[in-house]
Amino acid sequence: MYKYDEYDQAIVDARVEEFRDQCNRRLSGEMTEDQFKPLRLMNGLYLQLHAYMLRVAVPYGTLDSRQMHMLAHIARKYDRGYGHFTTRQNLQYNWIKLDDAADILAELATVEMHAIQTSGNCIRNISADQYAGAAADEVADPRPYAELLRQWSTFHPEFLLLPRKFKIAVIGADEDRAAMKLHDIGLKLVRNAAGALGFEVYVGGGQGRTPMVAPLIREFLPADDLVSYLEACLRVYNRYGRRDNLYKARIKILVHEIGADEYRRQVEEEYLHVKTLGLDPPAAELERIAAMFALPPLDPNAPGEIERSDPDFALWLDQQVVDHKVPGHAIVTISLKPTGGIPGDASADQIDAMAKLAQVFSHDELRVTHAQNIVLPHVRKADLYAIWTRLEETGLATPNLDLVTDIIACPGLDYCALANARSIPLAQKITERFANLDRQRDLGEVKLKISGCINACGHHHAGHIGILGVDRKGEENYQLSFGGSGAEDASVGKIIGPGFSEDGVVDAVEKALETYRGIRVEGERFLDTYRRVGPEPFKAAIYEKAPA
Amino acid sequence: MKLVTGNDLVSGDVIWWTGSGWSRFIADAVDSGTEGEAIGKREEAALRVNGPYVVEAADGPFAPVPLHIKERIRASGPTVRTDLGVQAEKQH
Repeated sequence: MYKYDEYDQAIVDARVEEFRDQCNRRLSGEMTEDQFKPLRLMNGLYLQLHAYMLRVAVPYGTLDSRQMHMLAHIARKYDRGYGHFTTRQNLQYNWIKLDDAADILAELATVEMHAIQTSGNCIRNISADQYAGAAADEVADPRPYAELLRQWSTFHPEFLLLPRKFKIAVIGADEDRAAMKLHDIGLKLVRNAAGALGFEVYVGGGQGRTPMVAPLIREFLPADDLVSYLEACLRVYNRYGRRDNLYKARIKILVHEIGADEYRRQVEEEYLHVKTLGLDPPAAELERIAAMFALPPLDPNAPGEIERSDPDFALWLDQQVVDHKVPGHAIVTISLKPTGGIPGDASADQIDAMAKLAQVFSHDELRVTHAQNIVLPHVRKADLYAIWTRLEETGLATPNLDLVTDIIACPGLDYCALANARSIPLAQKITERFANLDRQRDLGEVKLKISGCINACGHHHAGHIGILGVDRKGEENYQLSFGGSGAEDASVGKIIGPGFSEDGVVDAVEKALETYRGIRVEGERFLDTYRRVGPEPFKAAIYEKAPA
Repeated sequence: MKLVTGNDLVSGDVIWWTGSGWSRFIADAVDSGTEGEAIGKREEAALRVNGPYVVEAADGPFAPVPLHIKERIRASGPTVRTDLGVQAEKQH
């Protein structure tokens, strides 16, 4: 885990006091809302449907038990006893008071956390593979580079007022668990033929109104040149990004309009200049950062056998646990998707319980996933039963990872001022419709994602099954799309046909999955079948007319 | 009917214009007629409301009912957490 040095702590502390002054000036009337809004947004404070909402950054989704306990403490003391883990690996509180906001940030700063750049047209929290540092298929841990980028991008004077928000994801394995190609910049650690470490650099991906999978802009960027190259990528965007049209302001539009080849040419030209500025850190600094992400002491001779006689435990084991790169150890994903629950929500007691589990069983480390679950990354296989027992006690042992009920859903119209339709009730109804675990397991991997508006915070474009809520003459209506993926085979889903009511879309999802069951071949996931046969069989089943 | 709504500056709570002040309960809201925008501007300048605007509503049995679902959810609270928001409190 990265630990703040004196500079990190000083700038976060100073930012808290600066924001405290800004809040006081707003409360006294010295500042208007128009003046205050961009300032509060740069500190993660939104005004949502029912109250102020505070988005707390969890850099690259990694946190320790002390930080997790703090999140629970804030939920109890300042909010309504719960928090919402987001698709950006952050946490949101929905019921914040303006006169508490600076105190909350001050409490967060005591555990090296903040809400800086969790909103606004700047470089947002860097996201990463939730299995980073523990995955067996990893070239290298991406988090030291994510941390380097956090330091580079925090308060970067050129990039605080970009044409639009900017999101970066970093992975270190072939399997993409972070939807890397659907980010403004996606970085994948690779080794070249000579064995040197570097990045594949993808630029211009994104979801929202105009979803795009990012093209490859650089096949191999030496890892030591990362900061300079990204500086060049951002400079070209900052110079030519469309500031005249909100809907065309993301970098994906620029890359698409001028073409990947021309964008690459301009970046390479800028890079030649930037490289002379000495922005990349000396090797010793990167080594200092990397040392803080060293693997904890794990005994490779730890016993690997697991007693599976409890059938409920065995089910959970098969669904929620994968092998760690060190023998005798495992990575546990804790589902925040109980049947009928709110995806990503956790009570303060549950947050504390997960923190305690991390402290006792996972070398004090947790991860937030972009799929709104929590990971214990470094667990002894011998401890799995004890972990499962404790998760059962706190309602956190749902065994549904990557199944149809492991739904990503944005807060939707229940909380969000931008939303057109509710997302959460739909997720609840689908989890109830498919509550039977045998049925879910038979259907296999189905990534179902729901957004309450075209901004796509619920990643519906990347869902094997995606649902988008729209406003149709004042009524909620839901568009269904199939064929999306946020994984290494990234793709954007296609709308299947006319939209549905809330109940209608649940029925349509069921018809689609039953159609899949009927035509799948051995080993095919829903997505594979859809890609093989196309939309027609699904359309026919979903839109069939009842006999007259 | 036209209601004036906005958020309380400090708490962020949804509030409704009552004719003489602001209430968290839409049952207290009154038709602002053609005065809504002027009321909002005046009250915002006095820091009694944040981001005021006018919404269309219809008469209901117990309280005005906003025409748009977003405003109906604002008036009560999240539909998925009926233990939160004004819907969780006893109407006076």
